[in-house]
Amino acid sequence: MNSSLSGAEPRGSRPKRFLSPASIMIYSILFIAAVYYLIPLYVMVMTSLKGMPEIRLGNIFSPPVEVTFQPWATAWNSACTGLYCEGIKVGFFNSMKILVPSVILSIIIASVNGYALANWRFKGSELFFTTLIFGAFIPYQVMLYPLVIITRNLGIFGTLTGVIVIHTIFGMPILTLLFRNYFVSLPPELFKAARVDGAGFWRIFLQIMLPMSLPIFVVAVILQVTGIWNDFLFGVIFAGTKNFPMTVQLNNIVNSTQGVKEYNVNMAATILTGAVPLLVYFFSGKYFVRGIAAGAVKG
Amino acid sequence: MSRRPFAPLRNLNAKIAAVPMIVTVLVVFVGCTLWTVLYSFTSSRSLPTLDFVGFDQYTRLFRTSRWTVSLKNLAIFGLLSLAFSLIIGFILAALMDQKIRFENTFRTIFLYPHALSFIVTGLVWQWILTPAYGVQKVVRDLGFETFSFPILTDGRFTIYAIVIAGLWQGTGLVMALMLAGLRNIDDEIWKAARVDGIPAWKTYLFIIIPMMRPVFITTLVIISAAIVKVYDLVVALTNGGPGISSEVPAKYVYDLMFSRGNLGQGLAASTIMLTTVLIILVPWALLEFRPRYRKGKIPK
Amino acid sequence: MHSVLIKDLSLNFGSISVLKNLNIEVADGEFLVLLGPSGCGKSTLLNCIAGLLDISDGQIFIKGKNVTWEEPKDRGIGMVFQSYALYPQMTVEKNLSFGLRVAGLPAAEIQKRIAHAAEILQIGPLLNRKPAELSGGQRQRVAIGRALVRDVDVFLFDEPLSNLDAKLRSELRVEIKRLHHKLANTMIYVTHDQIEALTLADRIAVMKGGLIQQLDDPLTIYNRPRNLFVASFIGSPAMNFLKGEIVDKDGSPVFRAADLDISLAAYRPQQRLAPGHAVIFGFRPEHIAISGQAGPAGCSCEAIVDLDEPMGADSLVWLKVAGKAISVRVDSGRRYQPGEKVFLTFNPAMASLFDAVTENRL
Repeated sequence: MNSSLSGAEPRGSRPKRFLSPASIMIYSILFIAAVYYLIPLYVMVMTSLKGMPEIRLGNIFSPPVEVTFQPWATAWNSACTGLYCEGIKVGFFNSMKILVPSVILSIIIASVNGYALANWRFKGSELFFTTLIFGAFIPYQVMLYPLVIITRNLGIFGTLTGVIVIHTIFGMPILTLLFRNYFVSLPPELFKAARVDGAGFWRIFLQIMLPMSLPIFVVAVILQVTGIWNDFLFGVIFAGTKNFPMTVQLNNIVNSTQGVKEYNVNMAATILTGAVPLLVYFFSGKYFVRGIAAGAVKG
Repeated sequence: MSRRPFAPLRNLNAKIAAVPMIVTVLVVFVGCTLWTVLYSFTSSRSLPTLDFVGFDQYTRLFRTSRWTVSLKNLAIFGLLSLAFSLIIGFILAALMDQKIRFENTFRTIFLYPHALSFIVTGLVWQWILTPAYGVQKVVRDLGFETFSFPILTDGRFTIYAIVIAGLWQGTGLVMALMLAGLRNIDDEIWKAARVDGIPAWKTYLFIIIPMMRPVFITTLVIISAAIVKVYDLVVALTNGGPGISSEVPAKYVYDLMFSRGNLGQGLAASTIMLTTVLIILVPWALLEFRPRYRKGKIPK
Repeated sequence: MHSVLIKDLSLNFGSISVLKNLNIEVADGEFLVLLGPSGCGKSTLLNCIAGLLDISDGQIFIKGKNVTWEEPKDRGIGMVFQSYALYPQMTVEKNLSFGLRVAGLPAAEIQKRIAHAAEILQIGPLLNRKPAELSGGQRQRVAIGRALVRDVDVFLFDEPLSNLDAKLRSELRVEIKRLHHKLANTMIYVTHDQIEALTLADRIAVMKGGLIQQLDDPLTIYNRPRNLFVASFIGSPAMNFLKGEIVDKDGSPVFRAADLDISLAAYRPQQRLAPGHAVIFGFRPEHIAISGQAGPAGCSCEAIVDLDEPMGADSLVWLKVAGKAISVRVDSGRRYQPGEKVFLTFNPAMASLFDAVTENRL
């Protein structure tokens, strides 16, 4: 065999062109898609940094000639919702007041519940769980009015307590699913060993399960923080006018019919409203992806 | 000798822990739903009454143009959103699966809209699509002076503005689900296809996509359930207008119940929404959930 | 003529060297097994031969043709995977025919090949079923069928039996061997299971750390391992090792460890055994005899029984010798009690001697 003597013989790795047509196509499509996804964020930021005269004359895609932070200050402190002019900050603090207790309460209830469903099944527990998951698919509109009647009779309609209870209820299906699946995935021997050692329901939960579940709690917190912060419907119905969350305030500011539209203020207010979930998203990375994979059920 | 405890007291702590779930299921998901269905057959107006009128509310509902427009809009929004989010989501996922560089950056970009509120999404797109300042003006400034893009002002097109905004927010999620599905495909399937000399596009079309059937179906159900609920996006982007051109059922229900004080109509409309969801959900649940439940496994 | 020829093959992932300058020549119709612990590069090498991995340096020839840059489909290979990688939504028949139809073969030819494969593998009745409806063994046969219809000279197997239970595994092992006899084409087979390797192979390449440690026929590998790694990797129960040195006794070399002396007169060394050389003496459990009484003079020594493990056909007796635990394979007819005193007779002709530093065979 003399073939190996010739210098043109294929040897080593396949010759690769620096940019093959296929990879040029792949990267261009991804790049175009990325631009499409980024444009709204870009436009939001640019608009919020311009003065109104520049907006009227210019192009929404062009960067500001003269950067001003006045719209941000106005949006935060004195933008008008149609009722009063105290800015989006009122909504921010309302959202915080709704968010913190809702997240804590819903996660405590769902984690204990998920643990009971995973490790301490009782007669009917699977049936309740199945119905709960089904419940996640029922349009909220179907249950809204009866819930208004119930919360009104309990004296919590139009209060912070009311909206917190509602968030806890509607967070339950997805959170319970999340925790139940997680606890089911833990080695059952662990649970059995703890029982043989004489530990009971709460002791196993607090001393064995909780220390092993930090990742899933992070996922749950991310899921709930973004979900509750972004809520509009429950806030507008159950929170009461003085407790309107940020999303409701934002919509009132932007879509209020009186006065001249200040687009720069509107966009600053929009960014401020989107900032909390966006920051959570950018800093949580993988956990957020895990959360949406599970939270997709919530829709 | 200790005796077995009385049955309802056995495993008592677990039952106590499950009380919030049991109450939620019985009172909210079952109770409230049944209440709504029941009262949709009454003549309730601003307050619920138990004066049964059969299907009167439904007959009236389907004679209301605002409701039929809502349904038609939901159908357009639903079909377009489903088709485009599945196709674009899958294509993006397939491209992301080519061992590309900057995968994390691309994923972060495609997915961030999903972290935002529909209100934020709606308002941003309202601004971008506003004829006086947005896309139409930019194109006209480029020299195409007769260019017209009245997507927010001409009632015939507004629903498509909602589709555009909805896709912007939702496609990233579909991409993420599809990518997870693609990553679950056994690597050796790809190797086998390469040894068999099957081109990549044929492998996707004839081998990978059929293998991902469960992922597609789950995604389909998840998006469908979300589509039926679409509300905030419409409120922020068009508030149903101009006129009634971009109304959707969820908004119709809300308005009838809380602004117009016509409870019977609102309840009947929400019962129709429920029925729509059940039509999507029940066959899927029967097909996908039941066998896996028996094995004690819950799909995510 | 060779069937597969690998010349100076290297593979690097970044700065990590996975395969290092490998040279293998596989004869036509040979059954070569690549054997080694996980991470040794055996599957990687197979994927390189298949063209599923791009190599960093070197060349691959199949049937005299340089295929280094060829696509897998053009290399004249068929491959069977560990997970079988059958296309789950297609029937067995479509699984077999899909590649051929994509390649544009005439329908009649495809039919002929499928019928031929179905007959050889006895999967005729399964042709209309989907993979999910098949047992593990049946899937395995379909996977082989998919390689068979490609009408190629070289079959590549990537741990094809490791997903099966022990009983099925031994049955299919026999079937693969039978298939090889029937088809008489070249097979390269990756496994971590030494029994599969020893039973199937014409030659075994024992790999570790991206290098071939020894490439020989199964008996040579078993009896004359080239280094300590091969010696300890092959054989179950494993080979015993004693550390010691060579001493000269009446002009002939003797292995000495603590109070134990073993004459090496019958050992066939590859080089002269110099006195004072630090060595490792290795012997398989079946190459040592024990008895209740002292045997003929020379290589008998005392040991105390630690444990007796009956294994059915024979027993494994664990002893303490020169401070080390060693195992001895004995007939299961006689049981030994812990604490019992026994006498050992070594068979140096069947033993292996390794340099204590280089770990290579002496």
